[in-house]
Amino acid sequence: MLALVSPALLVILLLIVLPVGWLAWQSIYHDGFTLENYRRIFTEDIYWRSFALTFEISLAVTVIALLLGYPVAYLANSVPKCWSILILSLVVLPFWTSVLVRAYAWLALLQRTGVINQLLRYLDVISEPLALVHNTFGTVVATVHILLPFMVLPLYATMQKIPGDLMQAGASLGASPSLTFCRVFLPLSLPGVLAGCTMVFVLCLGFYITPELLGGGRTVMVSMLVSRNVELYNQFGAASAVGVVLLLSVLAIFFIVSRFISLDRVLGQK
Amino acid sequence: MTRISPARIALYVISALVLIYLILPVLIIAPISFSSARFLTFPPPSFSTRWYQQYFANPAWMQATRVTLTVALLTVVIATPFGVAAAYAISQSKLRIMRVIHMALLLPLVVPIIITAVGIFFVYAKVGLVATMPGLVLANVMLGLPYVVISVLAGLQSFDPAQEMVARSLGMNRLRSFFAVTLPQIKSSVVAGGIFAFISAMDETIVALFISGGQYQPLTKRMFTALRDEIDPTIAAISTLMTAASFMLVLLASARQKKAG
Repeated sequence: MLALVSPALLVILLLIVLPVGWLAWQSIYHDGFTLENYRRIFTEDIYWRSFALTFEISLAVTVIALLLGYPVAYLANSVPKCWSILILSLVVLPFWTSVLVRAYAWLALLQRTGVINQLLRYLDVISEPLALVHNTFGTVVATVHILLPFMVLPLYATMQKIPGDLMQAGASLGASPSLTFCRVFLPLSLPGVLAGCTMVFVLCLGFYITPELLGGGRTVMVSMLVSRNVELYNQFGAASAVGVVLLLSVLAIFFIVSRFISLDRVLGQK
Repeated sequence: MTRISPARIALYVISALVLIYLILPVLIIAPISFSSARFLTFPPPSFSTRWYQQYFANPAWMQATRVTLTVALLTVVIATPFGVAAAYAISQSKLRIMRVIHMALLLPLVVPIIITAVGIFFVYAKVGLVATMPGLVLANVMLGLPYVVISVLAGLQSFDPAQEMVARSLGMNRLRSFFAVTLPQIKSSVVAGGIFAFISAMDETIVALFISGGQYQPLTKRMFTALRDEIDPTIAAISTLMTAASFMLVLLASARQKKAG
C-alpha cells in the first residue's frame, strides 16, 4: 500500500514540502544564522502596514462574503431540488473560470471608461467617472467575487443536514418564523459559517492576482511583498521570512479552527 | 399560506442580486471580445472577430497556447494515475500513517500558492528547472494531485471493497482485480478528477509567473503581463475561449459524476 502512495507522496515532498522547507531555511540562514529578516518584518513600517492591511482586507472580504453568501445558501437549501441545482450551478461556474479571466472582467467593468461608469454616466447619475478600481475597493469587489463559492458551498452543505422538522417543531410551539430562524436554524448552521469563513479568510490572506492587477500599486498585500522582494529586489531572505510568517498565520488559523470543527469540513470533503 | 412574507421576498431579491454579481463578470467578457472597438465600450459598437484573428495570427500567443495545452495534458497523464493509486491505498489501508499521508497530499490546497510558487522557484533555480517544460509540468502535477485524490476518494467511498476480495479469491491477483473490478466502477470519479487537474493546470498563473520563461510561457503568464501594461481586447478573446473550454470540461465532469452517483 505504501508503494502505491509513494509516487504521489514523492511529488508532494519534492515540490511543496522541500520548497517550503527551503524557503523557511533561507529566511534564517544567510552566511550564518540570522533573525535579521524577521526583525525587519516586526520593526519596519512597510512590512507592518502590509500585514495589517492584508488582515483588514481579509476580514472585510470574509464578512462581506458571509453576508452575501448566507442568503444564497439559505435559499438554495429551502427551494425544490431543481432550483437548488440551478442556484448552486450559478455559484460554482465562476469558480471554474480562471482567476485571471475574472480579474480582467472586473477591470473591464470597473475602470474609468468601464461598463459601470459608462452606464452611470449615461443614466446621468454621475458626471465624473468614479474611481472604482486600482484601489482597495476594486480589490475587495473582485476578491469577494472569487472567494464567494468557498463560503456558499460549506454553508449549503451544513444547512442540508439541519432536519426540516426542527423548524416545524418551532412553529408548532408558537414561535414566529424569525424566532425559529434565530433560535434554531442559525445556531445549527454555525459550523458551516465557521468553515466558510475560515476558508475565505485563509485564501484571502495569500491572494495575489487581484490585488496586483486591481489594487493599483497602493494596495500592497503580503503576497505582493513576497513577489516584489523576489522579482524586484532579489531579497530572497526577506521574501522567505514574509512567506514564513504568512504560512504560520494560516496554519495557526487552521489549528485553532480544528479545535471546533473537523478540518475535512473546512477543506470541503464532507 | 399563499401569501409570501416580506422576509421571503427580501431573500429572493438579495439572492438574485448576489447571483447576478457572481455571473455577470463571466458573461461580460464575450461581448467585449466580439466588439470592434479598440477600447472597452459597452454595449459594443459593432460586431467583429478582429481580436480572435489577432490572437490566432500572433505567433507568441500561439506558442503560449501550445505550452498551456501540452502542460495541461501531461499534468493529467501523470497526476491521474498517481492520484488514483494514492487514493486507492488511502481508502484500503488501515495503517495510521495513511491519515498523515492523506493530509500531506492535500497540502497544495492549504499552503498559500504564493509561498509554494516562491519555494519552487528557489529549488528550480538550484537544479536548473526554471523556464523549462519539465519544471512547469511537475509543478502542475503537484497542484493537480489533490483534485484527483479528493474526487477518487469520494468515488471509492461508494464502492464495496468486498467485490475485489471476491475477484481475488477467484484467483485474480491484486492488480488484475483492481483493473477488472474496481476501476470500471470508479471510472467516473477518475475522469472527473483528471478533468479538474486539467482545468487547474490550464488556469494556473502564480507558479508560472515565477518559474516559466522564454519560449515555455503558458497563456496565463502572457495574459498577466499584458494586463499589467494595457488592456488589450485580445485578452478578452482568449478569456472567452478559456472560459468556454472550462465550462465544457466542468459539464463533462459533472455529467460523469452524476452517472457515478
